[in-house]
Amino acid sequence: MLQDYTASSEKETRAGFGDGIYELAKQNPDVVALTADLAGSLKLNNFIKDFPERFVQCGIAEANMIGVAAGLATAGKIPYTTTFANFSTSRVYDQIRQSVAYSHKNVKICASHAGLTLGEDGATHQILEDIGMMRMLPGMTVIVPCDYNQTKAATIAISKIESPVYLRFGRVKWANFTKEDGSDFVIGKAQVLNEGTDVTIIACGHLVWTALEAARTLEAKGLSVEVINMHTIKPLDEEAVIKSLTKTGCVVTAEEHQINGGLGDAIANVASRNCPVPHEYVAVNDTFGESGKPVQLLEKYGLGQTNIIAAVEKVIARKQK
Amino acid sequence: MELQELKAMATQVRRDIVRMVHGVQSGHPGGSLGCTDYLVALYFKVMQHDPAFHMEGKNEDVFFLSNGHISPVFYSVLARSGYFPVSELATFRKIDSRLQGHPATHEHLPGVRIASGSLGQGLSVASGMATAKKMNNDQHLVYALTGDGELQEGQNWEAIMFAAHHKLDNMIVAVDYNGQQIDGATKNVMSLGDLKAKFESFDWTVLTIEQGNDMQAVLTGLEEAKAHTGKGKPVCILLKTEMGAGVSFMMGSHEWHGIAPSDAQLDIALTELVTTGTIGDY
Repeated sequence: MLQDYTASSEKETRAGFGDGIYELAKQNPDVVALTADLAGSLKLNNFIKDFPERFVQCGIAEANMIGVAAGLATAGKIPYTTTFANFSTSRVYDQIRQSVAYSHKNVKICASHAGLTLGEDGATHQILEDIGMMRMLPGMTVIVPCDYNQTKAATIAISKIESPVYLRFGRVKWANFTKEDGSDFVIGKAQVLNEGTDVTIIACGHLVWTALEAARTLEAKGLSVEVINMHTIKPLDEEAVIKSLTKTGCVVTAEEHQINGGLGDAIANVASRNCPVPHEYVAVNDTFGESGKPVQLLEKYGLGQTNIIAAVEKVIARKQK
Repeated sequence: MELQELKAMATQVRRDIVRMVHGVQSGHPGGSLGCTDYLVALYFKVMQHDPAFHMEGKNEDVFFLSNGHISPVFYSVLARSGYFPVSELATFRKIDSRLQGHPATHEHLPGVRIASGSLGQGLSVASGMATAKKMNNDQHLVYALTGDGELQEGQNWEAIMFAAHHKLDNMIVAVDYNGQQIDGATKNVMSLGDLKAKFESFDWTVLTIEQGNDMQAVLTGLEEAKAHTGKGKPVCILLKTEMGAGVSFMMGSHEWHGIAPSDAQLDIALTELVTTGTIGDY
């Protein structure tokens, strides 16, 4: 039920990462944290204070950090690399491809400040291509949690799977509404937040909350809206996608990412092979971002609640043709 | 193994290299032949290692090959050390083989701990392993081999800085200093300058093995390098080798970096590489 979801607070997802890795380090002595001069931005302060022997400062040298992590993983450690999302992906794609993905190393690539909500730093830092790049790599698990609680839960959960992982989160204060204990998060399992029959909205990251708000507005207009939090983009919960799309007959995807290569394309891939339905994207339309406040940017680049509502109305009209 | 046995093994490995590359008419014989004596010395004399192969490499010395294109010498040395059957060398670069063109873990070939081929990544991985050994209080050493032309990749210098900063004195990195790369002599393609001074300015201990294709010189150099470990600095060996060493017509230029010998050339090479003792061709 949509009314079940209320924001208990506004928190940064990166803080969920920092708190998650600190809790995890207490439980698992193999966990190692690496950073490329961004320990503060990734909220590693508590980790460094209590586990200095398991913290590896790499300086502003991300390519080397990925390789060092691959070496640590080879030795049986569970390395978590930390930097901004663009320096975690496009800057080091070949290192990830060869030393981590192809070599199947248990490296957790933890990426903050992803997407437009990075804000004022502008397009150099607002990566919008990372989900696409990472989901193309064979064997890579790609997770985009939606709020603080879920980022914390995901940070801990990824230590328990033997796989390279890309974990994407952000810097903006955002509604925190999933369960505090993280029990509603299971890697690879779509989270159906609201059941409905007229349309499916599938979102990831910050836009999950936006999708919930859009759904509330749409339900007030009499529509029955299914809302799915697709926090795990790879491996994708295809069964959940097929089940929902078969029921509602149309889908809107919403993500803080380019229209090419991200969640929307992942859903389109499943739908086209199994249950083709009208599909509208809420995503950045093949352009770079710019400086501005997070909410201003989301509105300007078409990622606001009104954009989701417009996409839903359009996709339902297409279905009814 | 004693000196004469090591020399005989090096000759056998060289025979393997030219036969593997000839067999598939593809691969990189030049650098493989140049690094043969060094890898034979490591695997048959210097390193404490377990051919039963445990990926994590706990309580043993570990080797990483950064210049992955010299996979023929790596595969031969691994097979002849007992990591996998020598007969498997015949599958090199062929379909369904564990012996990929460049080393990979994907097919689970024992002895390979990381994929390499895209250059410049191995020193970082070795640094990670050396860091883990420090965390584990494991006194064993991490060895890595990189090409000299490969040092044109910037990531190496990130790793070189990292290793010094973190005092990874349990790591010995050899540079295959043959002065050649695909497009010609390194001094013409992209000068490396004074490599010894460069490594020293990054706070490494640097040794030079002037005769990197002389087994005794390699052994002496490696013993000296080991003596420098545990003293707060990573150790670099500038290993002066000759591309194509051991096969007369492959020596003296960069031209045999990545081409295979013809049938007639193979015959000449094998005539020059005469083995003694009980080892034999695969």
